[in-house]
Amino acid sequence: MIKLKTQSLHKKGSDLANSNRQLEILSNGIFQNGELPTFKAKILETSQFPLKAKKLEILQINVGYMCNQVCDHCHVDAGPDRKEIMTRDTMKQCLEVIKNTGAHTLDLTGGAPEMNPDFRWFVEEAAKAGVKDFIVRSNLTIIRSNKKYHDLPEFFKKHNVHVVSSMPHWTRGKTDKQRGDGVFDKSIKALQKLNAVGYGMPDSDLRLDLVYNPSGAFLPGNQSSMEKDFKKALIEDFGIQFHNLFAITNLPISRFLDYLIASENYEDYMYSLVEAYNPSAVENVMCTNTLSVSWDGYLFDCDFNQMLQLPVNSKVKHISEYNEELLEGRHIVISQHCYGCTAGAGSSCQGSVA
Amino acid sequence: MSKTYYDPADLRKFGNITEWSEELGTKFFDYYEKVFEEGALTAREKSLIALAVAHTEQCPYCIDAYSKDSLQRGVTKEEMMEAIHVGAAIKSGATLVHGVQMMNKVNKLDG
Repeated sequence: MIKLKTQSLHKKGSDLANSNRQLEILSNGIFQNGELPTFKAKILETSQFPLKAKKLEILQINVGYMCNQVCDHCHVDAGPDRKEIMTRDTMKQCLEVIKNTGAHTLDLTGGAPEMNPDFRWFVEEAAKAGVKDFIVRSNLTIIRSNKKYHDLPEFFKKHNVHVVSSMPHWTRGKTDKQRGDGVFDKSIKALQKLNAVGYGMPDSDLRLDLVYNPSGAFLPGNQSSMEKDFKKALIEDFGIQFHNLFAITNLPISRFLDYLIASENYEDYMYSLVEAYNPSAVENVMCTNTLSVSWDGYLFDCDFNQMLQLPVNSKVKHISEYNEELLEGRHIVISQHCYGCTAGAGSSCQGSVA
Repeated sequence: MSKTYYDPADLRKFGNITEWSEELGTKFFDYYEKVFEEGALTAREKSLIALAVAHTEQCPYCIDAYSKDSLQRGVTKEEMMEAIHVGAAIKSGATLVHGVQMMNKVNKLDG
């Protein structure tokens, strides 16, 4: 049965809305009694501790946790009830950094970034900085949710935005189970609209990539095999085309952690992550070339650390104090959730890394 | 010592069989890994075959392993159930086709 999802863990007053509680769970139990090695112990085995930040390549900005959806596995715990929204002042501070940094990729995320009232202003200004790859992570349904968003495909096209969108499966049942009733049909319509303006077509420069993350307590399969299956099904069933599929592992935090515990899958899932640990994925984990900026301008090694309230280990804590030299070489803050990025072929916001 | 014949946690220890016979264990796992690589059949197709065989062999470890493996490869519930029906059909067909042998014998003895 499809359940209609309406509230974030924060709104429900859940224990797991508290990041300290999540970190406690991730440090206790099977990791405390030595059944499984901590992430630090694991990377020490291959002399990869401490993980250090390299040169900044990707600046990822979370412009707010508000979203029109309440997906089962959202690591942000986003939803319509979340009021954390980046202000134009903070956006201006981000723009200063975007103009001066050598990062080749700017990645806007949320929530649904489009719901930030200053989203379009920010995109227009940021596009002027001429970064090589300007990503907006769109949940697709936002495009069909309200008339004021219907022109987003044209808006994205105008600013040469690279659209990256979540699509858990090519079937209605699996997609709606994870993301809510009706999400599949709206997503299909949105993808058709994006295709109609040129996004995702084989020879088009208008990049449209999809993100697949598993609908339950299992790891993603091989990214290129999944991409073939997605492409075949979407073109045959709906005439939809896209460029690449990013297969992303669900990290055991926030709503996915809540689900793992409630479904009694937590320990098995952590075993799966640890057993699939791949040292070569550690070499390329995204936290070493990415900086994540929160809605209120604070800096984190990745979006997951942002949600766990684990700030960067640096004197520089806020985008207004940004200093590339001071941030480079910083030690990455880790916990057991990091196993999610090093399992199998590895996982990042750009998909597999190994 | 477990008081039941099957313990789900034992599946994680499968690799330990190598400890008591390293050469054979290693050869088996190398072969096993090779079998499931992409080949003339996709890894996804192989996973579905394994799932069906897991049921006809009634191996609880294999059922757990290939239910999960199928999910990881994006296989739908409908595809998984159809694969099991294929196994069930062959299994029941294999029983029933022996009915011809029974008929032959009965006809010879009492025809």
